[in-house]
Amino acid sequence: MFIINCPYCGERDQTEFTCHGEAHIARPDNPSEISDEEWGRYLFFRENPKGTHFERWTHDHGCRRWFNVMRDTVTDQIIKTYKMGEAKPEISNE
Amino acid sequence: MSNQNRTIYGGKVNREKPINFVFNGKSYIGYQGDTLASALLANDVHLIGRSFKYHRARGILTAGSEEPNAIVQLGLGARTEPNIRATEVELYEGLEASSQNCWPSVNFDIGAMNNFLSRIFPAGFYYKTFKWPPSMWLFYEHFIRKAAGLGQSPTAKNPDRYEQKFYYTDITIVGGGISGLLAALGAGRSGCKVLLIDENPELGGYLLDYNFSINEKDGKKWLKKIIEELDGLANVTILKRTTAMGYYDYNYLTALEKVTNHHVEFSNTLPRERYWRIRSKKVILAQGAFERPLVFADNDRPGIMMASAGQKYLSRYGVLPGKSVVLFTNNDHAYLTAFEFVEKGAKVTVVDTRDLLNARISEKCKLLNIKVFKSYSVIKTYGDKKVNRIEIQQVDKNQNQLTGEVENIHTDCVLMSGGWNPAVQLFSQSRGKLKYDLKINTFVPDKIIENQKIIGSNNGQFNLQENLNESFEAGIAAANELNFNSVEKVNWTGKEEIEFTHSDVEPYMLGKKKVTKGSKHFIDFQNDVTAADIFLAQREGYISVEHTKRYTTTGMGTDQGKTSNVNALALMSHIHNKPVDEIGHTTFRPPYAPQTIGAIAGRSVDKLFDPVRKTSIHEWHVENKAVFEDVGQWKRPYYFPQNKEDIHQAVKRECLAVRNSLGILDASTLGKIDLQGPDAAKFLNMIYTNAWSKLEIGSCRYGLMCNEHGMIFDDGVTSRLGENHYHMTTTTGGAARVMSWLEEFLQTEWLDMKVFCTSVTEQWAVLSISGPNSRKFLEDLTNIDLSKENFPFMKFREGEVCGVKARIFRISFTGELSYEVNVPARYGRYVWEKFMEHGKKYNITPYGTETMHVLRAEKGFIIVGQDTDGSVTPSDMNMDWIVSKKKEDFLGKRSYTRSDTVRHDRKKFVGLLVNDKKTILPEGSHIVEKALKQPPMKMLGHITSSYYSPTLGYPIALAMLKDGISKMGEQVVVPLMNGKIIEATVTDTIFYDKEGKRNNE
Ligand SMILES: [Zn+2]
Repeated sequence: MFIINCPYCGERDQTEFTCHGEAHIARPDNPSEISDEEWGRYLFFRENPKGTHFERWTHDHGCRRWFNVMRDTVTDQIIKTYKMGEAKPEISNE
Repeated sequence: MSNQNRTIYGGKVNREKPINFVFNGKSYIGYQGDTLASALLANDVHLIGRSFKYHRARGILTAGSEEPNAIVQLGLGARTEPNIRATEVELYEGLEASSQNCWPSVNFDIGAMNNFLSRIFPAGFYYKTFKWPPSMWLFYEHFIRKAAGLGQSPTAKNPDRYEQKFYYTDITIVGGGISGLLAALGAGRSGCKVLLIDENPELGGYLLDYNFSINEKDGKKWLKKIIEELDGLANVTILKRTTAMGYYDYNYLTALEKVTNHHVEFSNTLPRERYWRIRSKKVILAQGAFERPLVFADNDRPGIMMASAGQKYLSRYGVLPGKSVVLFTNNDHAYLTAFEFVEKGAKVTVVDTRDLLNARISEKCKLLNIKVFKSYSVIKTYGDKKVNRIEIQQVDKNQNQLTGEVENIHTDCVLMSGGWNPAVQLFSQSRGKLKYDLKINTFVPDKIIENQKIIGSNNGQFNLQENLNESFEAGIAAANELNFNSVEKVNWTGKEEIEFTHSDVEPYMLGKKKVTKGSKHFIDFQNDVTAADIFLAQREGYISVEHTKRYTTTGMGTDQGKTSNVNALALMSHIHNKPVDEIGHTTFRPPYAPQTIGAIAGRSVDKLFDPVRKTSIHEWHVENKAVFEDVGQWKRPYYFPQNKEDIHQAVKRECLAVRNSLGILDASTLGKIDLQGPDAAKFLNMIYTNAWSKLEIGSCRYGLMCNEHGMIFDDGVTSRLGENHYHMTTTTGGAARVMSWLEEFLQTEWLDMKVFCTSVTEQWAVLSISGPNSRKFLEDLTNIDLSKENFPFMKFREGEVCGVKARIFRISFTGELSYEVNVPARYGRYVWEKFMEHGKKYNITPYGTETMHVLRAEKGFIIVGQDTDGSVTPSDMNMDWIVSKKKEDFLGKRSYTRSDTVRHDRKKFVGLLVNDKKTILPEGSHIVEKALKQPPMKMLGHITSSYYSPTLGYPIALAMLKDGISKMGEQVVVPLMNGKIIEATVTDTIFYDKEGKRNNE
């Protein structure tokens, strides 16, 4: 069970949070102009990396804010948490 | 004769304090400080139970939590507990326990026939026998459960209380043996917050049972001082009788503390058990090791136990389990026990698998008159309910076989020692990697994943001297890594009479020889898995460890194979002629030991199991005998039966009251969200499928919410209260989901939109009045002009109702003239009672959710989640009218042009009328193309809603039907589970007042 560092509240137990899948999938600005394939990609396609993964989480039983989490799917270590709108962190190659 | 096996002196039991207890109906006396196992052995009771599969006589194998055999049913009545290890039960006055798995009694057990029939019970027996046909499973299951049952669960409600404790600490140390104690001392002296957990009632672990010296003085006194110092450190918390059960990510541990289990009287103030949920910056594992059994024919008889267990019974409890003892060993260290037994008056013979023996040990054996058979093995044992004779034979190491004469030894107790296995269960749970150590022939920790240290014999390090200093320093280092100051190191010199060295454990496995027929070499005592079963599993292709485990059930008992796993792996290694490392090991999962569900549940039982949400009018409903239904956590009146009405009579009366005069519904549970901000209208335009920009202040509009796949997920009416102020309603069950949905888009996609969403569900009581008399009724109670001209359908007004500030929404879910009166929640019941009083002249009738459902179905109004299932679009529900063609974008819009959503043969929402005018089709029934005698039949759709309509006098149904719109007027068939085939006609979905005149009155 993780400890998650909410960017607004600090470290809290995982039970206070919900994971909402992959982060940085922006809703297309012009849905009516894009192809079925592009729309389908937005709707259905997700990364499933072994290693660093970017995820959206909410602090449901806390500040109710959405934020992003950078997590290693192999070790389950949370590398970083950051606010919505902040740039996607670089993956270091260590 | 009582306590006949008790030594004259020695042991730590309090001989001044006798304790009466009952085992299998017979009374015995033990002493304070005894366990049930030690007290039984003291009274010469060796037969404790019958084994799981073959019902063989079983005794006491160990003296700790790893015990596979001596498991009993403890306590009576509501407090009875099955599968309790007698080796862990502290004796208390009046304790009652009994054997499990035997009928009619442990001494005469009918199931023991299985032992003689064992050829029909090989590994995989259940898999092979109870496979087919599937329809027989219920019968098989009954038989299997009866035959395989371990203990009995209590049938009465648990009378005890269980607590949970959340705990945060710098360092958690699991295990209060010498390593754990010294680590706690090192960390404790450094000043950090330490939690020390040990499963025993007394700290000290292994050293409590063996003689040792520290700096050439009595080690026991030194140990006492260490414990006293720890007790005095305010930053060190010690939990005894507490077993660490689970080790999860980020150093999250669970532990079960037995608080009053061992008390004579159950306490009113203390819980029975306390479940600890521990977060720790660092964890030090110091759980020690389990002694490994040796595998030989009939190694399971009562009287055969681990050497370390014999040592413990003798030195801690003053119990001599036998007088003519055989020690069967493959290592030096076990000789300590032989010496101890001789000292306390037993005659000891040693059978050692090795041919070379340490000279000092040889000498002492001579001195104590201990006969040692070198390079010998026990090959078979005899004795009905207790071992009385063994056969031994020489081992030819080169030929890998037994050789020479078989010799007999008469004995009443066999102590065995096959080396030690570190207790790696928790380490492995924490994803630590194991490696096989060829020197001590077992798995030891290799790679650590968590912020953790593992020390002492838990880490495969058995030498006392090395453990002393390394453990203390590990404690200091752990504190240091958490930025606490270092304290001075100490140099202790610790000695045992025989030092544990890493090269003296010989891998010995009788399986090297073909398993002898007619006797059983047990690997897993609790699950009755023999060496032959392991051979069989390999022959039949269950070669991976996980397959062997499941096929033979090795390690799958309540003991989780603490004594059996390594032997099973070693035997597999032998069979395949591969190193054990290549065989691998099975996965260790929590819990470490059996634990009560009650402790996990804690206080979350009965009323505290799940929150119950009640409206402010709830108590009135209770007083007026409403029948309730659960909608999420809400309690909603289902119907209000009068006199002796059943649900059908009550619903019929309620429906007709609404259609003919006046009904009232408590709609407070409806989700309500207050939206404010300059971008609120723009936001609604994106969230709903229809257009919101032109909605005037004081107007209401129905909206559908769809996800990006274009599928309906909620609906409700939203009203414009002010320039930038809206009041949104959602379904009762969907309120939280909608709130999250709105927040998701505001927080992740449209960060620039200025809108605030506030849940106000519980701030408002909603009294929905409906029926042709509702205007006349309400006019007398409000200052708001209710005339048709000033307050038409789909409008909202503010004013006073019964002197209370109120918002009235003129919307309708029944199709009748309706007003939804919202008052602050605290006035809900007041206004409701005023309504009931004033409404008498209109025969005002409170109605519940069932009537609401019937009335809306008569009007063809959908219920999201009943008529829809997350796979239907507005178009599927014939609601194209609500999907804006003009708006450039809204959630879901793009998906309406996907090939899947534009298909013509999608299921569409239709009405169905049964031709016989009387059958109420069960909801969920399938509509099929052609009714056949049995499935499969080609399915065209299903019934989503179905009721008897009191207004119309016949049943109505709503359904999703493939290409339904073009099937209007056609006949369909619905086969029922009872074999009947019902014919129905496809209609549109509005059964009553198709023009919608009534709610426009
Ligand atoms: Zn937060």
